[in-house]
Amino acid sequence: MDIKNIKSEFPIFNQKINGKPLVYLDSANSSQKPNSVINRISNFYQTEYSNVGRSVHTLAVKSTNRYEETRDKVKSYLNAEHREEIIFTKGATEAINLVASTYGEKFIKKDDEILVTELEHHSNYVPWNFIREKKGAKITFASVNMKGEVEIDEIKKKITNKTKIIAITHLSNVTGAIIPIKKIVDLAKQKNIPVLVDGTQGAPHLEIDMQDLGCDFYAISCHKMYGPNGLGILYAKKKWLDVLPPYQGGGGMINEVKKDYITYAETPTKFEAGTGQTAEVVTFLEAIKFIEKIGIKNILAYENEIMEYALEKLKKNNSINIMGNPKNRGSVISFTIKGIHPHDIATILDNDGVAIRAGHHCCQILHEKFGVPASARASLGIYNTKEDIDILCKAIENCEKVFNI
Amino acid sequence: MELKELYQEIILDHGKNPRNKGKCNPFNRDAKGHNPLCGDKVHIYLNLNEDKKVVDVSFEGEGCAISLASASILTETIKGKEFNVAKKIIENFLNMIKNEVKISINSLNEDQKTSIMSLSGVKQFPMRVKCATMAWHTLTSALEEKK
Repeated sequence: MDIKNIKSEFPIFNQKINGKPLVYLDSANSSQKPNSVINRISNFYQTEYSNVGRSVHTLAVKSTNRYEETRDKVKSYLNAEHREEIIFTKGATEAINLVASTYGEKFIKKDDEILVTELEHHSNYVPWNFIREKKGAKITFASVNMKGEVEIDEIKKKITNKTKIIAITHLSNVTGAIIPIKKIVDLAKQKNIPVLVDGTQGAPHLEIDMQDLGCDFYAISCHKMYGPNGLGILYAKKKWLDVLPPYQGGGGMINEVKKDYITYAETPTKFEAGTGQTAEVVTFLEAIKFIEKIGIKNILAYENEIMEYALEKLKKNNSINIMGNPKNRGSVISFTIKGIHPHDIATILDNDGVAIRAGHHCCQILHEKFGVPASARASLGIYNTKEDIDILCKAIENCEKVFNI
Repeated sequence: MELKELYQEIILDHGKNPRNKGKCNPFNRDAKGHNPLCGDKVHIYLNLNEDKKVVDVSFEGEGCAISLASASILTETIKGKEFNVAKKIIENFLNMIKNEVKISINSLNEDQKTSIMSLSGVKQFPMRVKCATMAWHTLTSALEEKK
């Protein structure tokens, strides 16, 4: 598939926003969907839909097969050892909550430490706060340096004999820093500490091989991977899933239900209570195929090229301050403009058809560290071009004109 | 959507040079407003005398041009007003944003009316309505604070 023409695969771009062509620079928030994904969800509802895993009629069999095909596909895409290690959730947030809740319940006691970093999205901090409050545990923070990265030595320093889990992002949704997960896992293994990776931003842009990374848990957000909304994936090593208690109770996750006792199903069913996101799971197969068709390495290389171009252009504007300057970075650029609040930037850019995000991006701790309450963020997807960046820079100039800067 | 209606000169001026910024001294009522989605904050301070007149009002806060301008215009409008008049102005302002009602409070002079009306452009930008209204809701809380 030719990346240069990829925009034509995304029907959202067949429209004008405020009279201008859409320049979508908010993929770290959610990615747009290609035709193959949009068509699949519609086609599935039209021809194959039914609930999965319960009934024996023809459609139920079809649906169940399609649903489990995605599990197999995800297993191979992530290079997981077992298909039972793939759990469908309603998002990366639920995936992390699942681990925090069940692992926290079973393995974290009073005064134990949960090691996170100052880079974390609220979804990889707040769930751990529940355990802090419930168990009297402590949350320790690995500091971010002014480049916006977390150094391996800092992690080393913060690991103690009380550290019970390390929960860390793969790729910062603010500074774009790519975290050396492999090195952290090696470090953690020496002390038998499991590592949870928030792969929300990592999975859409990086090669994610569970055998190579070696982490215990990896959380994925499907709607940031050109896939459907309302779906996430938790990869977890089978040795953990076998011993962790169920997360939610309900239909499908049981083995036997009696008045005086209940036994639970085996993993992954144990962790998938109730009717899941059937059509979304089935459709996600198309999203992976889309990524595979281009190749994740090609996606990364292409996005890097656009990002370097954007960084170079933005740095030429003296009013712009880019948050962090990580050596190893993904295609996320957060910035502030002297004298213009990020919300005003976002509104004025939108008028030029440029969609960015403004705010703290669910990272209040990191923004506090950088001494700003909010920032503007441009994040890339496979459909972005150098021309998009030119339009962004022009829109920023317009923004400065409105504010007489 | 007309950008110029949102970012009028009056708003840019108040946003850049907010009036009555800081903590007025003395103050006897105050309230805080916070928009957790975007992180904007406002803290309104009031000095309400025995006759229930707002003898002084000020604000501290951080936020976008719209929210700073709105808080600034609010303080200029409310200072010197009776409690009941202040409440009516707030009601009139919120109605203007929500229901396109005109500003009709007699005790406001033309400059004050123009300033308040400059904020009406926010109507066309639904995501920014909160920026314009937060200070006014916070003022209501401060006025109604039980002492």
